[in-house]
Amino acid sequence: MSVGSASLDHAGRPDGVLNADALRADARRQALGLLALLSPGLFLVFSIIIVPIGWLFWLSLFDETGQLSLANYARFFEQASYIKTFATTFKVAFVVTGACVLFGYPLAYMLSQLPRRAASICLIFVILPFWTSVLVRTYAWLVILQRKGLINNWLIDLGVIGQPLPLANNFAGVVIGMTHIMLPFLVLPLYASMKTIDVDCLRAGMNLGASPAATFRQIFFPLSLPGLASGVVIVFVLCLGFFVTPALMGGGKVIMWAMRMEQATSLYSNWGAGAALGVVLLAVTLALLGLFQWLLGARATGVWSRR
Amino acid sequence: MLLSLAPSALPIGIHGIDKRFGAVSILSDLSLDVAAGEFLTLLGPSGSGKTTLLMILAGFVRANAGSIKVGGEEIITMPPHKRNIGMVFQNYALFPHMNVFNNIAFPLKQRRVSAAETAERVERALDLVQLKGLGERRVDQLSGGQRQRVALARAIVFEPRIVLMDEPLSALDKGLREHMQIELRNLHRRLGMTTVYVTHDQREAITMSDRIAVMNAGRIEQIDQPEALYARPRTKFVTGFIGESNFIPVECRNGSVWYEDRKLHMNDSAPPAGRYLMVVRPEKLRLVPDAQQAGVLNMLPATVGDVIYQGDSFICYATLRDGRQVTLRDYCRSDVLAKLPAPGEPITLGIDAQDVVLVADQ
Repeated sequence: MSVGSASLDHAGRPDGVLNADALRADARRQALGLLALLSPGLFLVFSIIIVPIGWLFWLSLFDETGQLSLANYARFFEQASYIKTFATTFKVAFVVTGACVLFGYPLAYMLSQLPRRAASICLIFVILPFWTSVLVRTYAWLVILQRKGLINNWLIDLGVIGQPLPLANNFAGVVIGMTHIMLPFLVLPLYASMKTIDVDCLRAGMNLGASPAATFRQIFFPLSLPGLASGVVIVFVLCLGFFVTPALMGGGKVIMWAMRMEQATSLYSNWGAGAALGVVLLAVTLALLGLFQWLLGARATGVWSRR
Repeated sequence: MLLSLAPSALPIGIHGIDKRFGAVSILSDLSLDVAAGEFLTLLGPSGSGKTTLLMILAGFVRANAGSIKVGGEEIITMPPHKRNIGMVFQNYALFPHMNVFNNIAFPLKQRRVSAAETAERVERALDLVQLKGLGERRVDQLSGGQRQRVALARAIVFEPRIVLMDEPLSALDKGLREHMQIELRNLHRRLGMTTVYVTHDQREAITMSDRIAVMNAGRIEQIDQPEALYARPRTKFVTGFIGESNFIPVECRNGSVWYEDRKLHMNDSAPPAGRYLMVVRPEKLRLVPDAQQAGVLNMLPATVGDVIYQGDSFICYATLRDGRQVTLRDYCRSDVLAKLPAPGEPITLGIDAQDVVLVADQ
């Protein structure tokens, strides 16, 4: 670094060079030290995230004959079944997320209003299914929902219906099974955010002339939105890549993205096609997360301070 | 006047309020009348039931028995949103998802006030609490004092019949708290709304109130104007809770009051025979330079323990002949300062006959 000869400090040294090199070296040493401390974590991230995803991306660029091509991606636009799978995946994700909100919001609201002891007992019932294998729960639903299952037998015996209801091996079955599995992912963040709502805010609402219903609508609900949004994002993204339940409950009629990948790799041994499906799913998921983030960010600065 | 609250100020009649949580009695047979336009403070330690009483007034807590009449109308079973009572919460309870304007406009919106009138009234309320031009601010962009003012504006903008305040200044630092006390007091004088104020800070209560109700264990121990409460407390609890005090055990027999073998002069007539405590505030005790001096002064001989100089005033700890320690406080006027006693020195403490106040020795 060149130093202007014109300005010297009172000790006769040029401006701004007192220990400058030593301080710069010290800063560099500290940065290197931090990097060394970070390196195990960075190594993990690199070896279990970056490398596999890169490999996946690399694989997706080769067709069955091992030639470099974009055939795996071209298939998305050429084959109607791919587009259908894509549409089905989003349809399932939307319906399941909607069902989760429908059941989860009142559930979380009830939990948040219960006394502490009762709430923690009820929370156990929400979390308990969490600890049971998804496979076991899905088979349990099959037993309950199938043609000669618990519900159909019961309704027929009661004489409510003449023919068994189509509850399993179709879209309805997939939605019921997945909603059950996804519900805690919505309820837990929502409950946590509802618990942080200040009781005095609700009291203030009523004190200022809002009926209990108006207080809920104008104060409680808007304040619970951040928790609802994070729950919705978690459920939606998990739904997009879900495999076990649609595979078992869909009866082969509901083909979702993850099932397509399984077919490509294990049935047709076409790793390129499977990898391309994975890349597209990852890209769509990231795009959605980005969109949610952007909407939430906009909401935080825009809607919350809106008049 | 910016908001015309004075004509609508109403008296509150609270009678026979009982509140129990399970087997625990929080308030028992509590009665209290608040005059129209009065600033009444409920003062007491935590657990004395003052906040519970406020919650019952606002309608958030249901009493087990009793009556609350506002301007003659019974409101004890009325839901909170129909009571038309403004309240300032301890933590302000501002709505975080609304800006300042919308927070203050909230009660007007519930009352279907037109947009134009709402805007006008919110502006006036903001002006009243000296927050002009801050309507667009988000709540989290405000300082503690500003939040306090928004909460206040929101509680009075709809011209409520009564305003309740639950320790509204407790979250502010000392300087701001003292400033807001004066401001609240002035605002109350301008608007004249009936106000019930809860605090555990006796100095705050004395500064702001028309009357103070001292609460203890679910009952009102004494209700009086601040001066009367300080000068003539009726129970040991009230004396101890408001200001500092010396308690000197005395005995009443044959129609006069005795401290050991000394007969005490007092302006009040002597109470029935028995043991009492004489209440003497530290600033009512005097150093008597000349023990021969005549007058209505009660003299107590004592020995100086320690003298603490505090700049504007000094504190003298002295020991009476029975071994009881008393505290004396006086301002550092030059004449007093010149004659400050030294530790170990025998002195005579004087109490005016009018300052002799007796409370039951419980």
